[in-house]
Amino acid sequence: MSAAIRWFWFASPQTFFPLAGRIALACWVLAALLAGAGLYVGFFVAPTDAQQGEAYRIIFIHVPAAWMSMFLYVVMAFWAALGLAFNTRLSSMMASAIAPTGALFTFVALWTGALWGRPTWGAYWVWDARLTSELILLFLYLGFMALQAAIDDPRRADRAGALLAIVGVVNVPIIYFSVQWWNTLHQGASVSLTRAPSMAATMLAGMLLMALAFWLYSIAASLTRVRCIIRERE
Amino acid sequence: MLDAARTVVFRDLLLALRRRSDVATALLFFLIVASLFPLGIGAEPNLLRAIAPGVIWVAALLSSMLSLSRLFAADHADGTLEQMLLGVSPLGVVAGAKVLAHWLVSGLPLVVIAPVIALQYDLPQSLYGTLALSLLLGTPVLSFVGAIGAALTLGLRGGGVLLALLVLPLYVPVLIFGAGSVDMASAGLAPDGQLLLLAALLVVSAAFAPWAIAAALRISTE
Repeated sequence: MSAAIRWFWFASPQTFFPLAGRIALACWVLAALLAGAGLYVGFFVAPTDAQQGEAYRIIFIHVPAAWMSMFLYVVMAFWAALGLAFNTRLSSMMASAIAPTGALFTFVALWTGALWGRPTWGAYWVWDARLTSELILLFLYLGFMALQAAIDDPRRADRAGALLAIVGVVNVPIIYFSVQWWNTLHQGASVSLTRAPSMAATMLAGMLLMALAFWLYSIAASLTRVRCIIRERE
Repeated sequence: MLDAARTVVFRDLLLALRRRSDVATALLFFLIVASLFPLGIGAEPNLLRAIAPGVIWVAALLSSMLSLSRLFAADHADGTLEQMLLGVSPLGVVAGAKVLAHWLVSGLPLVVIAPVIALQYDLPQSLYGTLALSLLLGTPVLSFVGAIGAALTLGLRGGGVLLALLVLPLYVPVLIFGAGSVDMASAGLAPDGQLLLLAALLVVSAAFAPWAIAAALRISTE
C-alpha cells in the first residue's frame, strides 16, 4: 500500500466515522480537564490586576474565544477549499461542522467583550476596530450558515458555501485593515485597548490553558457535529 | 471573446432600455432612502453636512444591492444562462460583461444623481468632485462583489434577504473608503489615499470576481 493511499484512507466518511468518535471523546475529556485547570488558575491563582481589579479576569475567556473565532474561519475556509478542489465529501462536511462553533466563539468574544467593556471603559460597545471587525466576522459566519441552510441539495450547499468561504477569507484582511483605518480616521484617542505590557506568569499560564481547552473543545464539537452530518447523509 | 463581451453588454443594455421602470425603481429607492434621513434626525444643516457622505454611500450600497437579484434571474428563468454556460466564450468574460452592463444601468446613474442629494444635504460644492469620483470608483466594486452573491443565491427561496446577508459584510471596505474620502476632503485633507485604495479594490475585484461569479453560476445551475 503506497503512502498516497494511506493519506486518503480517512478521507472516506465510513472509515472516518469511528476514528472521529474516539478523537472526539478524548478531546471532550481533555477540554473539560484543561478548562477546569484554566479557570482555577484564572480565578484563584492569578493576581488581581493593578488597574482593572477583578474585572480583568474575563480575559481568560475573552481572549481565547477571540483567537479561536478568527482561526476557525481560516480552518473552515481551508476545508471548504479542499472540498471544492478535490471533491471530497468529508472536507465539505468538516467545513459545515466547524461553522457553528466558529460563530459561537465569535459571539462569546463579543459578549464577554461587552461585559468587560462596561466596568473598564464605561460602555458595553465602542466602535473600536477590533470589535467592529469581530462583529463583521460574525456576520460572515452567519451568512455562510444561512446560505447552506437555504440550499436543499447538500452537494450544491457544500460547493456554494465553499465559494463563499473562500471569498470571505480573501476579504477578512481587507475588512480588518479598512476598519482599522476608518477607526483612526473617525475616532480620537477616546479608548485605548492596550493593556499593561507585562503580564504575570500565572495570568499567561491561565490564558494558555484556556486557549488549549478551547482548541480541544472546538475539535471535539466539530467532530461530534461531523458525525451527525455523516449519519444524516450517508 | 471581446465580441461576446460586447454583445452581452449591448444585449443587457437593450433589455434595460425596454424595461426602463426597473432602472428607475432602483434610482428612486436611492433618492427616497437619502431623503428619509433628514426626516428621521432633523434638518440641522451642520449635522446634515456631517452625515451627508455616509448617508449617500449607504443609500448607494442598498440601491446597488436591490438591483442585484435581477442580474441573473431573468436569464436563469428563460434558459439564456444555460446557453451562456454552454457557449464557446469563457464564462468569466460573459460574467464580467454582465456586471459591466449592470453597473452602467444601476451604478453610473447614482454617480450622476448623487450631487442632487449632496445639494439637499448642503454639502459644499468643492466636495462634489471627490464624491462623484469616489462613487465612480466604488460602485463598480459593489457590482462585482455583489454579483458573486447574486450568482450563489440564484433560484433560492428567500434569495433577496439572503443576498443582503451575504453581500453587505463584504461591502464594508468600499463604504469605509468611499465615505472616508469625502470626509477627508471636507476636513481639508487630500483624499488621494482613500481614492487610490478604492481604485485598488476596483482593480482586484475586476480581475478576480468574474471567475468567482463564473464558478458560482456553474454551482447554481448544475
